Amino acid sequence: MAIPYFPGCTLSTKASGYDRSGRAVAQALGLEFQELNEWQCCGATFPLSAENAMALVAPTRLLRQAQDAGGQVTTLCAICFHVLRRTQHFLQGHPDVLERINWFTEEPYLGNVRVTHFLELLRNELTWESLRAKVRRPLQGLRVAPYYGCLLLRPPSEIQLDDPDDPHILHECLEALGCEVITFPYQSECCGSYLVVNKPKVPQQLAQDILTSAQRHGAQALVTACPLCQYNLDYPQKSVSGWTLKLLPVLYFTQLMAVALGLPSEDWGMENHTVDPRPLFEPYLTTVGQGRTGGDR
Amino acid sequence: MSRIGVFVCHCGHNIAGTVDVKAVVEQLQRNGDVVFAIDYKYMCSDPGQQLIRESIEKYQLDGVVVAACSPAMHETTFRRTVSAAGLNGFRCESANIREQVSWVHQQDKEAATQKAIEITASIVEKVKGNEILEPLVLPLTHRTLVIGGGIAGMQAALDIAEAGYPVILVERHDHLGGRMAELSGSYLNFRAAPDLLEKKIQQVLSHPNIQTLRNAEVIGLSGYVGNFRVQVKQNPEAEETPVMPLDELQPLTFTFDVGAIVVATGWQPYDRARLPEYGGVEIPDVVDGLTFEKMLREGGVLRRPSDGKIACEVVFVQCAGSRDPEHGVSYCSKVCCMYVAKQAMMYKERVPDGQAYVFYIDIRSAGKNYDEYVQRAMTDYGVLYLRGKVSRVFREGDQTIVWGSDTLTGRAVEIAADLVVLATPMLPSRGSAELGQLLHISTDGYGFFNEAHPKLRPVETLTAGIYLAGVAQGPKDIPETVSQASGAAAKVLQLFSKDEMTASPLVASVIEELCAACGACVKVCPYGARQIHPIWNYATVNAALCQGCGACVVACPNKASQVRNWRVEQVMGMVDRLL
Ligand SMILES: Cc1cc2nc3c(=O)[nH]c(=O)nc-3n(C[C@H](O)[C@H](O)[C@H](O)COP(=O)(O)OP(=O)(O)OC[C@H]3O[C@@H](n4cnc5c(N)ncnc54)[C@H](O)[C@@H]3O)c2cc1C
Ligand code: SF4
Ligand code: SF4
Ligand code: SF4
Ligand code: SF4
Ligand code: SF4
Repeated sequence: MAIPYFPGCTLSTKASGYDRSGRAVAQALGLEFQELNEWQCCGATFPLSAENAMALVAPTRLLRQAQDAGGQVTTLCAICFHVLRRTQHFLQGHPDVLERINWFTEEPYLGNVRVTHFLELLRNELTWESLRAKVRRPLQGLRVAPYYGCLLLRPPSEIQLDDPDDPHILHECLEALGCEVITFPYQSECCGSYLVVNKPKVPQQLAQDILTSAQRHGAQALVTACPLCQYNLDYPQKSVSGWTLKLLPVLYFTQLMAVALGLPSEDWGMENHTVDPRPLFEPYLTTVGQGRTGGDR
Repeated sequence: MSRIGVFVCHCGHNIAGTVDVKAVVEQLQRNGDVVFAIDYKYMCSDPGQQLIRESIEKYQLDGVVVAACSPAMHETTFRRTVSAAGLNGFRCESANIREQVSWVHQQDKEAATQKAIEITASIVEKVKGNEILEPLVLPLTHRTLVIGGGIAGMQAALDIAEAGYPVILVERHDHLGGRMAELSGSYLNFRAAPDLLEKKIQQVLSHPNIQTLRNAEVIGLSGYVGNFRVQVKQNPEAEETPVMPLDELQPLTFTFDVGAIVVATGWQPYDRARLPEYGGVEIPDVVDGLTFEKMLREGGVLRRPSDGKIACEVVFVQCAGSRDPEHGVSYCSKVCCMYVAKQAMMYKERVPDGQAYVFYIDIRSAGKNYDEYVQRAMTDYGVLYLRGKVSRVFREGDQTIVWGSDTLTGRAVEIAADLVVLATPMLPSRGSAELGQLLHISTDGYGFFNEAHPKLRPVETLTAGIYLAGVAQGPKDIPETVSQASGAAAKVLQLFSKDEMTASPLVASVIEELCAACGACVKVCPYGARQIHPIWNYATVNAALCQGCGACVVACPNKASQVRNWRVEQVMGMVDRLL
C-alpha cells in the first residue's frame, strides 16, 4: 500500500536517520512511503493568533499537495504532524480563513485531507499484533523509556492521538518489539524546544532532569518521535562542559523498529548520534537466526 | 353593546414620550363598545388603580382594557383591581403599548401612536368576548415524597413531619445519612459528624409521620402538583428475611399518592482514574478527600496505605479536577477549601511532628467564621499553604513525588510526600439525569438539578410541586444543605396551607359534537393533558395539566378544541380589527 509521505525539512537534513529508518521500516511492513511531489517547510510552529492567516499558508499548501496525492498524508516528525493536524483542524472550523488562503494561493484546498502520524497508522491500520508478528529480532530485556514530549500529544482536543497525561502509543509500539518499557515521570514534560536557539541553558537543564530521571528508573535508552526532542536530549551529553551523567542514547522509535524487524544496519540511520546507540544492539544481532526459528516454532 | 372602559398609561415618559396618549384616548372614545376612556400618568400606582375602580362604578363598566405595559408585568395587578370593584377579573385585559410599541418605535412617533391605537382596539374586541370565569379548584394530597435520605432529605422530612403532615422517605441504600455518614469530623468544630447524624437518623426513624423505605428507588411518576402518583420499587433487605435465599426474593413495588416531592439525591465522588497526572488510581499513597475522611475516622496515627509507615509529609491538592474544563468540571466544588483545612488540622493533631502542605489556586472560604478557620490552620497548626497548581504526582521508590509551583515565590516546588490527598470534585449522584427525566425536571450539563430561578426561586423546580434540597442542586456544605432543605420544606408547607388548590381556568375545552377523535391534539399537547375518552370517543382535557398553550387549537382540523377566552371568534375579531 502506498502512503503519501511528507518528510519535512529536519528529516531531510539533521534528522536524516529518522527518515531513512522510517522509510525502510514502512517498506518492510508493506506500507510504501510516497513522498509528496513538491513540498516546502510546514512553518514549524502553529500560529497562536487566529488572525494570522498568513502563517497558515505554508501548511495549507502542503495539505493541498496531499489532496492531489489522494487525500491523506503521513509524517514522522512530531512537529510537522502537530502543525499539519492543527491547521487541518482549524481550517475545518474556519471556512472563511480557508477561503482567504485559497484566494491568496490560487490553489484551492478543499479542506478534507486526513493527517496522520506514522505511529497512528501502525496502531490503527497495521495493529500492534501484526507488528509483533513481523519482529525478527525481539529486543527482549532492552529497557527503554518512551519520551513523548509536548507536540506529539498536545493540545489533546485538537491532536486526538493519545492522553498527554497517560500516553500509551509509544509504549505499545515498543512492547510489540519485545522491549521492556519503562514509564518515568518526565515522559511528557517539555524538552525546551526552540529555546535551544536563544536560551540554550534552559533545554540543557531540562535535558539533565529528564535524563537523570530516566536513568534512575533504569532506562538504557530514551525513545522519541520528535527530531527536536532527540536533538535537545542527545547533543548536550558531549558538548556541555561538566556533564557528569552517564551517557544515555536517544533514539527514534523507527530505529528500534528497524533493528527489531531484522533490517540491515544501513537502514538504522544511527551514524550521526552524539551518543552512539549501536552498542545497545550488539547482543541481539547474533539472534537473527534464532528469531526466525522462534517465529516458526 | 358592551360597556368597556379603556385606561391609557403614560408610564411617566416611557410610553407618553413616544406615543401620543391623548390621541389614543380620543380614537378609542369613538369605538361604539367603549363608554369611557382616559389616560393617566402611572396606572399601576394607587391613584391609578383607584381611578379604574371608581370608573367601573361610575360608568357601570362590564369590561376593562389597560393600555400599558406587558401583561407579564401587571395583568395580575389589574385583574385584582377590577375584582375589588366587583367586576370579574377575567373581564380585564392588558394591551401592551410599552414593550411592543413605545420602547421599540422611538424613532417614529406617528406610527407608534397608530400601532398603539390598533393594539388597544383589538384588545377591546377580545374583552367583549371574554367569559366570566372562576379559578379551577383541584384536590390536594397532603403527603410528601422525599427522595434521598442524606442530611438534606432527612431535614426536609423532619420539618414537614413536625408540621403534622405524612412523609414517605425513599433511600436507595440500606442506611440513612448519605455521605455525611462517611465523614470524620465536620468543620467548624471537628464534632464527629456521625454523632450529629445519629441523632437525626433516630428522630427520622422514630417519627410517627415519617415512613422510611430503604433499598428503594422511585421508578414511575404521573399526575401533577397536589396529585402525584409515584411508584417505588423496594429490594428486600436480606437481614429482615433470613429464611429465604436472596436471589429468590422479588422486589416489591408500591404506589402512593403524594402532593409534593422533595429531591435530595446528593452527590458522588469523582473517579480518580480521570486524573492520571495525579497518579490516577495506581499509586496507593494517593487518596481522595473522602478516603482521607475514612482514614481519619479509623482513629490513631495516620499511616501510609502502601506500607503502614507513619505519614510524616502530607500534601493536599485543592481543585484536583474542579475548576478545570479540561477535566469536564468547570465549577468550584465549594466545600473542599474548608474541608482541606479541617483535614490538615486533624492530621496535625494526630501527627504533631508531621508537615502538611496545601496547594491552592485561591482559598474560597466565604462563610461566617470560615476564613478564620482556614487562618487557624495556617497560624496555629503550621500548615504550609502554597499558592499554585500541582502539575504531576508520581511514584519514586517508596515515596510519592509532587511537582507544583509556588506562584508567590515564582519557584517550582518538588515535595517527596508520604501521602497525597486530592480534593476531587463533587459530582451529582449516579442516575440523576435519569431521575430528572422521570420527574420531568431538568438537569444542567453536569447532572445537577436546575432550580426555577437562580436568585429568586432557588429551591423550586420549573415543575410545580417538585422542590430541591442539598447537593442534588449544586455543591454545598452541611449548613447550607440544611438551610435549603428547610426552605424546601417551607415551600411544601406553603402548598399544604390550603385544603384545595386553585389553578388558572384559561384552559382548553372540547366541543364534543365537532370532535372526530382523530387524536391530532393528543400528539401535539406538550403537557400530556389530552386523551381520547375510551367510551365516549372524543378528546378530553385534564384541566389541571393544561397550560392553555393553544397547540391543540391549531392542530385540530375541526375547530373542536378551544382555549377559554381565546376562542376562535375572539381571535378572528381581533384580527379583523388589526387589518
Ligand atoms: C471529603 C469531603 C469532606 C466534607 N466535609 C464536610 C464538613 O466537614 N462539613 C460540611 O459542612 N460539609 C462537608 N462536606 C460536604 C457534605 O458531604 C455535603 O454537604 C452533604 O453530604 C450533602 O448532603 P446531601 O443530603 O445533599 O447529599 P448526600 O449526603 O449525598 O445524600 C444523598 C442521599 O440520597 C441517596 N440517593 C441518591 N440518589 C437516590 C435515588 N435516586 N433514590 C433514592 N435515594 C437516592 C443517597 O444514597 C444518599 O443517601 C464534605 C464533602 C467531602 C467530599
Ligand atoms: S402600569 Fe405598566 S406602563 Fe403603566 S406605569 Fe405601571 S409599569 Fe408603567
Ligand atoms: S472549594 Fe476550594 S478547593 Fe474546592 S474547587 Fe472551590 S476553590 Fe477549589
Ligand atoms: S472578601 Fe470578598 S473579595 Fe475577598 S475573598 Fe471574600 S468574597 Fe472574595
Ligand atoms: S392548550 Fe396546550 S396544554 Fe392545553 S390541552 Fe391544548 S395543547 Fe395541551
Ligand atoms: S384534533 Fe380536534 S377532532 Fe381531533 S381529537 Fe383533537 S379535538 Fe377531536
